[in-house]
Amino acid sequence: MNWLTDYVRPKIRTLFARREVPENLWHQCPACEQMIFHRDLMTNLKVCPHCGHHMRVGAIERLGYTFDEGSFTRIELPKVIADPLRFRDTKRYTDRLKEARDKTHLDDAVVVAHGKIDGQPAVVAAMEFEFIGGSMGAAVGDGILAAAQLAVLQDAPLIVFTASGGARMQEGAISLMQMPRTVIATRLVKEAGLPYIVVLTDPTTGGVTASFPMLGDIHIAEPGALIGFAGPRVIEQTVREKLPEGFQRAEYLHEHGIVDLVVKRTELKATLARIISLLRIKEVAAAAA
Amino acid sequence: MRHYLDFEKPIAELEGKIEELRRMSEPNGINIAEEVSRLTAVADRQLRATYGKLTPWQKTLVARHPDRPKAMDYIRALISDFTPLAGDRAFADDAAVLGGLGRFRGRAVVVLGTEKGADTESRVLHNFGMARPEGYRKARRLIELAGRFGLPVLSFVDTSGAFPGVDAEAHGQAEAIARSIEACLEAPVPLVPTIIGEGGSGGAIALAAGDRVLMLEHAIYSVISPEGCASILWRDAGQAANAAEALRLTADDLKRLELVDEVIPEPVGGAQRDTAATIAAVGNAVSAALQPLLGLDSATLKGRRREKFLQAGREALA
Repeated sequence: MNWLTDYVRPKIRTLFARREVPENLWHQCPACEQMIFHRDLMTNLKVCPHCGHHMRVGAIERLGYTFDEGSFTRIELPKVIADPLRFRDTKRYTDRLKEARDKTHLDDAVVVAHGKIDGQPAVVAAMEFEFIGGSMGAAVGDGILAAAQLAVLQDAPLIVFTASGGARMQEGAISLMQMPRTVIATRLVKEAGLPYIVVLTDPTTGGVTASFPMLGDIHIAEPGALIGFAGPRVIEQTVREKLPEGFQRAEYLHEHGIVDLVVKRTELKATLARIISLLRIKEVAAAAA
Repeated sequence: MRHYLDFEKPIAELEGKIEELRRMSEPNGINIAEEVSRLTAVADRQLRATYGKLTPWQKTLVARHPDRPKAMDYIRALISDFTPLAGDRAFADDAAVLGGLGRFRGRAVVVLGTEKGADTESRVLHNFGMARPEGYRKARRLIELAGRFGLPVLSFVDTSGAFPGVDAEAHGQAEAIARSIEACLEAPVPLVPTIIGEGGSGGAIALAAGDRVLMLEHAIYSVISPEGCASILWRDAGQAANAAEALRLTADDLKRLELVDEVIPEPVGGAQRDTAATIAAVGNAVSAALQPLLGLDSATLKGRRREKFLQAGREALA
């Protein structure tokens, strides 16, 4: 058919591998400034055991936290035109891409994988904030579309973990077009009668927020995550007043009816599994019959 | 009193001189017709030359020109029986988004527009064209209304972007924009957007995810304002001209990238020099774009619109 036959060559089953870090390493929590033993921080999914602060998590780690036994299969994503505008600011865009690839070992700011969550099949797209601020250009748009098409093909729910500062400015209006393109992705999943669950993580802002992240059947946010359309600095400059306490944080969005649930990272997987099983009651009944 | 942009200074001087000569000649009866016509020809040549090679930053200034026709001007001139409709049915009416029913060349349509306002009072009323969630929710409601009654939707886009404010965030600006884009993509009727001035980011595409996207010659369409881009990437808003260049936000660039379908030529010197001719040209272009869409059933329309956006970004600039 389309990209699936062209692009998807399932990579070898990726096991969630812990990076080699000295066991005696200590971290300092950026929120409460207390020291945390490396192993404690890792077993607590990068949530501070003292104050509950949720540190940022990379896309691959995120997949490991989400799938059973940290085991999943990544799919190769469509290749896009690199640097379509020949964009250059103080640096060339191609150089920025190369640096981001070297830093993250990823092709772009989204990773798509399938596997099981509490025994139930699921497709997960996780964004990588460390890759040019998780910004959305054609590659991210294609990644979200690929994830949606894979979910439809596998008759599995789609879960998206968002982490993005907004549009990939270096792709100009092409990055803007990823808003309608990813909205189409959400339609594909919904038209197939499959659950589409969004987990908003810190930070999710800009034009990205105003597309696929706000169209979930269910919106979950991690505690304290910054989520919004306009960045707080832009708003402050526009309205010239101090922003309210907790403005644009997960709890604020929950209070304002924009997210369904604020869920701690340590309870996220169980929450996702429960929601999927509740939404997919038809399939479960059909399988049992 | 004509408003001149900085780069139009030589033209302003010439036209000032012509005006002065005319004033002098009237009471004295001195015949200066020859001099006036000579200067007029020079000014005209200068105007043509300047507007023939506007830089992206100059186009940005033209796109924001205070005398440029606004959404309301298009609606007044092109839509008869205009019946404005208000509100998102939940919280408020947002005057930054105009919407209503009317007739375009005899055919009943739903019309939408982001309106910047033309003087201080109306600019404040319309929040300088920066819509709040209520505006995008109104747009979505009216697109759905159009769908139920089989009316084509015309939109006139002119906004620096969605409003960045505390209330807008509290009311779900991102969700409102996402839903408005979705409503455009899902509309079972033809949707023809025209970028008439500034097509500012998500606030613009919320009303512009249509079947045939038209754009005026000196309009701009961008993911971020040149100033915003410059302050982030160059860490200096003063680099806006460079950012405007890099962003490829002109109608020509967007046509080459196949992100807009048609560029509508403007009168020499820009839309602000001849608003009636500009509006008439837009009317003709909208009519030509709409015509072939009218016979299509809703499934074909939606399918083609999806395909169009899925294909977006497959072209690069050489």
